[in-house]
Amino acid sequence: MAQTPKRWLLLLPACFFALLAGVFFNVLTTEEYDPHHVPSATVGGTFPEFSLPALGDGQLLTRDTIIGKPLLVNVWATWCISCRVEHGFLNKLAAEGVPIVGVNYKDDPTAASKWLEDLGDPYTQVIVDQDGTLGLDLGVYGAPETYFVDGKGVIQHKFTGVLTVDLWDTELKAIYASLLGH
Amino acid sequence: MLPEVGHFFLILALTLAVLLTVVPMLGVYGGFARLLHSARPLALLTTLFVALAYLVLTVLFVNNDFSVVIVANHSNLSLPLIYKISAVWGGHEGSLLLWVLILALWTTAVALFSKQLPDDLVAQVLSVLGVVLIGFLLFSLLTSNPFLRSLPQIPMNGQDLNPLLQDVGMAIHPPMLYFGYVGFAVAFAFAIAALLRGDLDPAWVRWTRPWTIAAWSFLTLGIALGSWWAYYELGWGGWWFWDPVENASFMPWLMGTALIHSLAVTEKRGHFKSWSLLLAIFTFSLSLLGTFLVRSGVLTSVHAFAADPSRGLFILGFLVLIVGGSLTLFAFRAPKPSTSSGFSFFSREYFLLINNLLLVVATLTVLVGTLFPLIADFFGLGKYSVGPPYFNKLFVPLMLLLIVFLGIGPLLNWKRSQKRHWQTIIFLVLPLGALISAVGVLLFAYKLSLPALVAAGMAGWLVSSMLYDVYYKLRHQVFSFKSLTKLPLGFYVMQLAHVGLIVTAVGIAIVSYYDNKQDVKLSVGERVEISGYTFELEGLKDIRGPNYRADQGVVRVSQDDKLIAILKPEKRFYDSQRGNVMTEAAIDATLGRDLFVAMGEPLGEGAWALRIQYKPFLRFIWLGALIMALAGFLSIFDKRYRRHGTNA
Repeated sequence: MAQTPKRWLLLLPACFFALLAGVFFNVLTTEEYDPHHVPSATVGGTFPEFSLPALGDGQLLTRDTIIGKPLLVNVWATWCISCRVEHGFLNKLAAEGVPIVGVNYKDDPTAASKWLEDLGDPYTQVIVDQDGTLGLDLGVYGAPETYFVDGKGVIQHKFTGVLTVDLWDTELKAIYASLLGH
Repeated sequence: MLPEVGHFFLILALTLAVLLTVVPMLGVYGGFARLLHSARPLALLTTLFVALAYLVLTVLFVNNDFSVVIVANHSNLSLPLIYKISAVWGGHEGSLLLWVLILALWTTAVALFSKQLPDDLVAQVLSVLGVVLIGFLLFSLLTSNPFLRSLPQIPMNGQDLNPLLQDVGMAIHPPMLYFGYVGFAVAFAFAIAALLRGDLDPAWVRWTRPWTIAAWSFLTLGIALGSWWAYYELGWGGWWFWDPVENASFMPWLMGTALIHSLAVTEKRGHFKSWSLLLAIFTFSLSLLGTFLVRSGVLTSVHAFAADPSRGLFILGFLVLIVGGSLTLFAFRAPKPSTSSGFSFFSREYFLLINNLLLVVATLTVLVGTLFPLIADFFGLGKYSVGPPYFNKLFVPLMLLLIVFLGIGPLLNWKRSQKRHWQTIIFLVLPLGALISAVGVLLFAYKLSLPALVAAGMAGWLVSSMLYDVYYKLRHQVFSFKSLTKLPLGFYVMQLAHVGLIVTAVGIAIVSYYDNKQDVKLSVGERVEISGYTFELEGLKDIRGPNYRADQGVVRVSQDDKLIAILKPEKRFYDSQRGNVMTEAAIDATLGRDLFVAMGEPLGEGAWALRIQYKPFLRFIWLGALIMALAGFLSIFDKRYRRHGTNA
């Protein structure tokens, strides 16, 4: 303030803004940019910590109670029509001895219990994730989704969409088999 | 047919906005003086067609026209009428149209209430507002058409409005907020017009000030409403999250506050001219930046609209044009700043300068915190998220400093204060006030801590400053109530706004340090004691609303066996939303404290996890904001503005 500033100093705000605009432009035009993408929740990472009630008895489940042997973690909800389509196949898998833990995602527990009564229960346990906090940590895009988790709790594969006999036989069975080999 | 009519109105509005931008400028620069007079009618016509388009959209929502994509996405047959109307701004496209409508309304207000201004100045100001209108109308039409149809397959029913938004607070929060930060467009347009003319008569400041204060008051209300809504509706019991979208509205508020103070100096003393111009540009630029951050999806937030890169690029382009353009214009046309020789350190000018610097630094703090994740990602530093600890650590000391200077500044004279005067204030009156207040708290508070003492000290510092100010102004008169009425309205609204600030600050200080949050497991008949209150879960009910069912807990709150309240928190399951669960907290509020109960998860065998909170002084935060906004609205009635007839 003591002296009259040089005119070029007045250009500083404009320059600063130009730099910022450049960053924005770069971010917007980077194809894979996804602010929702959280690295720890992707394949290759460990299954997130959580502490949520179980469907039915309300007993508290944590990461340690479910991790220990290779298993599938299936995200489902009663509002999800595709989950209904998928359900029959999950029952079949469970009957073959594949352990599946359910994550009841943003759902009404009463409706969820009724659904399992009506359609059969393929799950060893169902985690009630009413607020979607576990879903957020897992990076759930939408139900149904199935995570292939090995005995150490590392997510080895993620499958989005309806599991079918064909898909299981052609690719997913091999992935599950590899979990057993780990 | 109706959606196409709405679409047509919007296109007409765009055409008119183009004329509004071009024709008056031809009048100013092309020598066609008669064209100057087209500015006002064109502004009114543009507004008319934007309003008609908005009306059509509202009718489509009310009539459940699910062939229109956004109606199908945000409304539903069973949605109550008021939420059908507010659902118009429940999504990106509709809220953008609301943005445009509000900008058009501000433009009309300028056109109507500027009779006393020179015609060529009005023409320039309206023309600049026309440019902004064009940008947002194009944005709406090209990337976010609200009238888009999903023909030939028309859904039988809509998906419903997000349950979070089915709430009265949320219904009025966005319009308030938009009235606020869109309103800064007026100050911006005046600043650009002043730069274009190279004519920085302090008169432009007198015209700009009430507009800026009005916008600022709306923004204050909007932010407070948003905070209140987040508190009771998100179910966490927090009232401020430093979320990018909150920051997006808070930054223009901080900068706008600096602008109001700087304008005061420019109007009364003629100093800080180019600084005021720059702040006017910054404030509106931050509004635009906020719009960009919220709508481009570059940052995640609980409030963000769906990401769409084409929208992001469009606003970015517009941002570059408006902000880049105006800053460049500023660089070439800004007047040479006057030298500081006109006033000494202990002058009101200098303290207002300090106020401005603190507010600008505070704005930058928020800006850096908000953008850091983006910038870190860009430079490959990894994924960061900047949380409340960062903001609190930097922001709290800045605000404390601001309050310290706020106690002194208003007492100082313009230009220079006498040594005896400022020494009395700084070494005697204010420390004494702070001390008395702190000792009072020491004597009467049931639980002591440093924050409580600091809060009390701050309050005492400011209150003694205000009282001494009144005393000092009336020192040559016999004190009477009549003498009090002689002080100008401007003096009282300033003090009132500062009272609002201290009320908010005290609320924040107390609630941040004394709140008590507990997550407990309760079965029917069980009780728990928190901060002297007993919470007993009396029963559980299954209830049915218009478009949801809910588990309702009945919680009896008592203190020393005296019933305080029966709270009924709910966990709602909305029918049509895909598994949307909503926590509806129950709150018993008095000025002194809030008792908050929210339902957590069912834990089996009739037991529920409940989140119970005791929050003392929470209401002070919003009460203070209301006082600040009220002071702002009152100041518009200052005779000084009316005498010039520009703001009846």
